[in-house]
Amino acid sequence: MSTSGVASISARPVVRRRHPFLGRALPYLLSMPALLACIGIMVPFAMALWYSLERYNLAFPTTRGFIWFGNYVSLFKDATFWNTVVVSMTYTVLTVGLELLLGLGIALLLWRRSLVTNVLSVALMLPLMVAPAIASMMWKLMTNANFGILSYFVSLLGVHDFKWASAPQSAMFTVVMVDMWVYTPFITILLLAGLRGLPRQPFEAAELDGVPGTFVFFRIMLPMLLPYILTAGLFRMLDSIQQFDIIYSMTQGGPGDTLMDFQVQAYTQAFIFTNIGRASAILMVLWLITYVLSNVFVKNWLRLRERARGGV
Amino acid sequence: MTVKFALRAVALTVVGLFFLFPLFWVVLMSFMSNADILRNPPSPFFSPTLHNYIALVSGELHTNVGTQTVNYMLNLFNSTVLSAFSVILSLILGVPAAYAFARYKFRLGEDMAFTLLSFRFAPPLLVLLPLLMIFQSIGLYDTYFGLVWVYQLITLPLVLWIVRGYFEDVSEDIELAYRLDGHSWLSTFFHISIPLAKPGIAAAALLSFIFAWNNFIFALILGSSGVQPVTVGAFAFVTASAIEYGQVAAALVFSIMPTLVLATFTQRYLVEGLSLGAIKG
Repeated sequence: MSTSGVASISARPVVRRRHPFLGRALPYLLSMPALLACIGIMVPFAMALWYSLERYNLAFPTTRGFIWFGNYVSLFKDATFWNTVVVSMTYTVLTVGLELLLGLGIALLLWRRSLVTNVLSVALMLPLMVAPAIASMMWKLMTNANFGILSYFVSLLGVHDFKWASAPQSAMFTVVMVDMWVYTPFITILLLAGLRGLPRQPFEAAELDGVPGTFVFFRIMLPMLLPYILTAGLFRMLDSIQQFDIIYSMTQGGPGDTLMDFQVQAYTQAFIFTNIGRASAILMVLWLITYVLSNVFVKNWLRLRERARGGV
Repeated sequence: MTVKFALRAVALTVVGLFFLFPLFWVVLMSFMSNADILRNPPSPFFSPTLHNYIALVSGELHTNVGTQTVNYMLNLFNSTVLSAFSVILSLILGVPAAYAFARYKFRLGEDMAFTLLSFRFAPPLLVLLPLLMIFQSIGLYDTYFGLVWVYQLITLPLVLWIVRGYFEDVSEDIELAYRLDGHSWLSTFFHISIPLAKPGIAAAALLSFIFAWNNFIFALILGSSGVQPVTVGAFAFVTASAIEYGQVAAALVFSIMPTLVLATFTQRYLVEGLSLGAIKG
C-alpha cells in the first residue's frame, strides 16, 4: 500500500532511530517463541527418522541397533504393508471423490438464498463440529446389530442381518459413510462460499442467450469453481490418507486387517507388537506422501487466499 | 416447474435428514431407558428419563452386572482444561509471531510459517512416538502441561495463519500515525494492532478451541485416564463391556454439546477460519 510520501518519510526515521538494534531484532524477538515450538517439533521428527533406521522392538531391548534401510526393505517385501497401501488409497479415493460430488451437489442446492437454505447451511456446520472419533461412536450405536436404528432401516428395505463395520465386505463402506457425514459439510461450506463469490455477469449473459444448463454448468461454472474444488479436495486428501480417529474408534483396523490404513497399522505395530522401528518406517512412508501432497495443496491454497484477499 | 421444485424439496430434505438425523437420534437415545433402546421396532415415542445423565454425573453406572464407577466428569473437565490452556498458550505464542510475519519481511519468518504449516499436515503419530519416549523419560507423560505443549501442533498453525491474514489487512499507516504521537511500539501494538485484528483473533481462538476439543490421538498416546479428554474417555467407555447404551449415548451427547453450542452461536466466524482464510466471510 503506497502512502502519501510525506507521512512515511517523516515517520519512519523517527521511529527507527530510537532503538536501532531493537528495531531490527523485533521480528525475531516476536517470533522467537513460535520458532522454539518449531524446533521442538523438529527434534521428535528427527528421532522418528532415526527409529525407522533401527531394529527397535520394545520387547527385545538388547537387539536394538542401526540397520540402515532394513525396516523399509522388509516393509516393501511384506504383503500386509501393501494391503495397508491399498486400504489407505481406497479410503482416500472413496471419501474425497464422494465428498466432492456430494459437497458440490449440496452447495448447488443451497446456492440460492432462502430461509430454508440459510437454516440448512448453519445446520450443516454441526457434523463438522463433532469430533471424528465421537462421530464414529455415534454411528456405532446406530449400526448396532441388536438395536441400531440404521440396522432397523435396512431391514425394512429387506436387507436382514447387514453387518456394517463388523463384516469385511461392508466395513469400508461404513467408515467411508462416517467420514462423509463429518467432512462433506467442509467441502460444501468452501464450495458454497466459492459459488456465492462468483461474478454474476457470465450467468446472466448465458441466460439471456438461452445457453443450455449443462453448458453453463460444465463450461462456465465448473472452470470458475475449479480453484475451490482443488483446494478442498487436496485438503481432504491430506486428512483422509492419514485417517486414524474414525477407523480406530470404529473397528481398530478390523475385521482382520480390512481397515488397516497407514496410521492404524503404525499404531498397531507400535503398541501391540511393540515394534517401534517398523512403525516409524511406515510413518515415514506416509510422511513422504503427505509432504508431496501438502506442497501441492499449499501452492493452490495460497493462490486462493491471495485471490480472496483481493490480490489478483 | 413444480416437478423441479418438488425435486429440490426432496433433495433438501434428504440432505437435512442425512446430516441431522444421527445427532437427533443419539440425543433421543440418551433419554431412553435400556428397555426403550432395545425395543423392536424402535420408536421415537417413549417416556424420557434423565437416568442416564444422572448416572454419568454421579459417576456410578448401574449395569446388569453390578455398579461400576466411571469418572466421565473428569474427562469433561480435562477436555476443558486442555483446550482452554492450549488456545491461551497459542495466542500468547502465535499472535506476536503472526504480527511479525505480516509486518516484516524476513526469511526466517516465511520458513517458520511454512514449517509449522507442513507439520499441520504431517501424520501425528510420527511425532507422537518419539514424544512418548521423551515424555516418559522427562516426566511429562500423563501431565496437562505435556499435552498442552503438544496440542500446539494443532492450535498454533491455525492461530498463526488466520491472525496473520488480519494483521496484513491492517494498514501500517494507522500504526505509524499513532507512533508519531509519541507512543511506544508496545503501546501501538496493544492499542491499535490487536484491537483491529480482534475478529481474526476471535475466529482463530474459537476454531483452535474446537479442534483441540475434538482431538483424539494425542491424549490416547501421551496420557492415561487421569488427563484424558472426553474423546478418549468416551472410547474407553464404549469399548468397556456390560455398559448400558443409553449411558453411552448420554456420554456422547455430553462430549459434543460444548462444540455444537459454541459453533451455532459463532458460525459466521467459523467459515473463514475453516477455509484457512481462503474465503473472506
